[in-house]
Amino acid sequence: MGSDMSKAAQSELVVSDLHVQVGGQMVLNGVDLRVASGEVHAVMGPNGSGKSTLAYAIMGRPGYEVTAGSITLNDVDLVELSPWERAHAGLFSTQQYPTEVPGVGLENMLEEAVAAIGGDRSAVEAQVAAEAELVDFDPDLLYRSLNVDLSGGEMKRSEAVQLGVLRPRIAILDELDSGLDVDALAAVSHRIEQATHEDNLGVLAITHFSRLLTVLHADVVHILIDGAIAETGGPELAAQLEETGYDPWIDTRAESPVEIHLGGDPWP
Amino acid sequence: MIETQFTPDAAGAIPGPDWLARRRVAAAEQVAAAAMPSVEEEVWRYTPIGQLDLSRYQLADGGGVSPVAVPEHSVMADTSNGRLCGVELPAEVADQGVEVRPLGDDDAELAASVDVDLFALMNAAFSVEPLLVRVPSGVNVEGPIVVRHWLDADGGAAFPRLIVDAGADSSVEVLELYGSADVSAFVSPVIEIRVAAAARVGYLAVQDLGPKVWHIGSQVSHIGAQAHLRASSAALGGEYARTRLDTHLSGRGATGDLISLYFGDGEQTLDFRTFQDHAAPDTTSTLLFKGAVDDASRSVYTGLIRVRPDARGTNAYQTNRNIKLSEDAWAESVPNLEIENNEVHCSHASAVGPIDGDQLFYLESRGVPTDTAERLIVTGFFNEVLDQFPVPGAMPAVRERLDSKIAGLSHHGVDGGSGS
Repeated sequence: MGSDMSKAAQSELVVSDLHVQVGGQMVLNGVDLRVASGEVHAVMGPNGSGKSTLAYAIMGRPGYEVTAGSITLNDVDLVELSPWERAHAGLFSTQQYPTEVPGVGLENMLEEAVAAIGGDRSAVEAQVAAEAELVDFDPDLLYRSLNVDLSGGEMKRSEAVQLGVLRPRIAILDELDSGLDVDALAAVSHRIEQATHEDNLGVLAITHFSRLLTVLHADVVHILIDGAIAETGGPELAAQLEETGYDPWIDTRAESPVEIHLGGDPWP
Repeated sequence: MIETQFTPDAAGAIPGPDWLARRRVAAAEQVAAAAMPSVEEEVWRYTPIGQLDLSRYQLADGGGVSPVAVPEHSVMADTSNGRLCGVELPAEVADQGVEVRPLGDDDAELAASVDVDLFALMNAAFSVEPLLVRVPSGVNVEGPIVVRHWLDADGGAAFPRLIVDAGADSSVEVLELYGSADVSAFVSPVIEIRVAAAARVGYLAVQDLGPKVWHIGSQVSHIGAQAHLRASSAALGGEYARTRLDTHLSGRGATGDLISLYFGDGEQTLDFRTFQDHAAPDTTSTLLFKGAVDDASRSVYTGLIRVRPDARGTNAYQTNRNIKLSEDAWAESVPNLEIENNEVHCSHASAVGPIDGDQLFYLESRGVPTDTAERLIVTGFFNEVLDQFPVPGAMPAVRERLDSKIAGLSHHGVDGGSGS
């Protein structure tokens, strides 16, 4: 789907002052991020800090309500777009636990996705085969229903195949390393890094542990605490985190004054 | 008392063997003495049976032959408005001893009663030429035996009856195709399937009747020792289309797979009543019914697994899943177990719900537009059933017809998914 021209194209995902509510609860309280083509950003945070909410809100999962702020990709406002329109704008996301879709095959889905943007559906089969080889995804598994009866590693290899065929501008990887063996993590991370170099893919990798960053090398690390970025730095931030855990940042937050909104729109 | 043109005199006037004439009159007398079913009865609950006015219909003469395409087959038979209008039995199949013909003078033993309700009784009384498919012991029939039914008489009532008699250790597949012109008609088929010891029978009914046709059918099967029946249906057409399945696992080690799909749209009501009757030890039945209801259509599934006291070692499963595709559509699912032996494995599962919001999000997040994603999910939902259907040659046509129904999905709100 990508062309030589798009390979060079610069894209930027910009998340500004993002406030997101899930099931009536505020989960994100003003997140700011910019991810440009070719960059790898890691968002790290403890459980409940809003990491998965950030991933879902950017992709537009129903039930994740943006109450304030904006999400743009190349100046296109994504907030009002449906998930498939966001995908067409160049966004891709992997899920921590990819959803099983019984009776729907990988190729089947990718053919429809490719056809929807005017691509050549007949080219998908060969692309899938080539991508499967790159991440060592068992060709027999290509004919199974999406994510049905696949191990954690097989699911992530399948998602790497999808990324390889769809060639998005920006990929959001939610807990890529969860439920994954070392070999699969290495294969999938390698494919993603390759895409950042060859296809200028920008990556937002969401993770609890720094283990992921030993195989997927982040240029920028953000610490997410209580639904907001507490600190942004280079790879050394992940190293520091490895030593201290999240406590230093959590303490900082606890000392800051707690805002309480009583009724009405808290973001006039 | 039902006062209609469906009288004992009318039944007695139908030509045929003496034994059959006597049975017809006896059945018609029972019909005349019976009351119309009512939604007060459990087996008719949720149905529009109160709207049925039998006086609107009468036995019709034969009309045209079905234009519905048939897959490659061994034997072919046609009915038109319930009357047999042709059997094509190639010599090489006949030479195997396979019989495909109307019941004759020597078939009185086939008079055994399978009259599960008023409409099966009406079939016994008014079926003009009950069709027998008999496969001798040890014979494997290559290619399906196809029976095509066509209705084109407005106001016509048709009572096709098919008896499949598979001898010991034989194997055969039977495909029934129901179609109609755009007429208002009533069809009440009865299918008896007898699977003798160690025989293997695959049966598929594709019901694609017009939107003004009422279909009230009954399928009764008896599965012998170590025998295997796979009985399937795709219910796509009809205004009110009901099938009752009585599956008797009568011989030790018998297996019955009951695999069906249905797709309602417009104002259709599709109705299924299933009975898995385990009467012998070590018997297995697996039921999978999957349906979708769109527009203002309705579906009813009620099922009962019965394990009789002698049927130790029974494995019985019953699964009914429904996708509700529009706000105005409605699906009812009522599974039941009645177990009289402790050494059994039984389970039942049922579900009615919209298209899964998480599945929809997954496909959409890959760039598949909502409409296409819904179609993929619904098609995928039915693939589990289609993959298990017998008569593989019939699959392209079934898929095509199902796809055309899925292509007309109404747009609707779906489950919005939940946060985490």
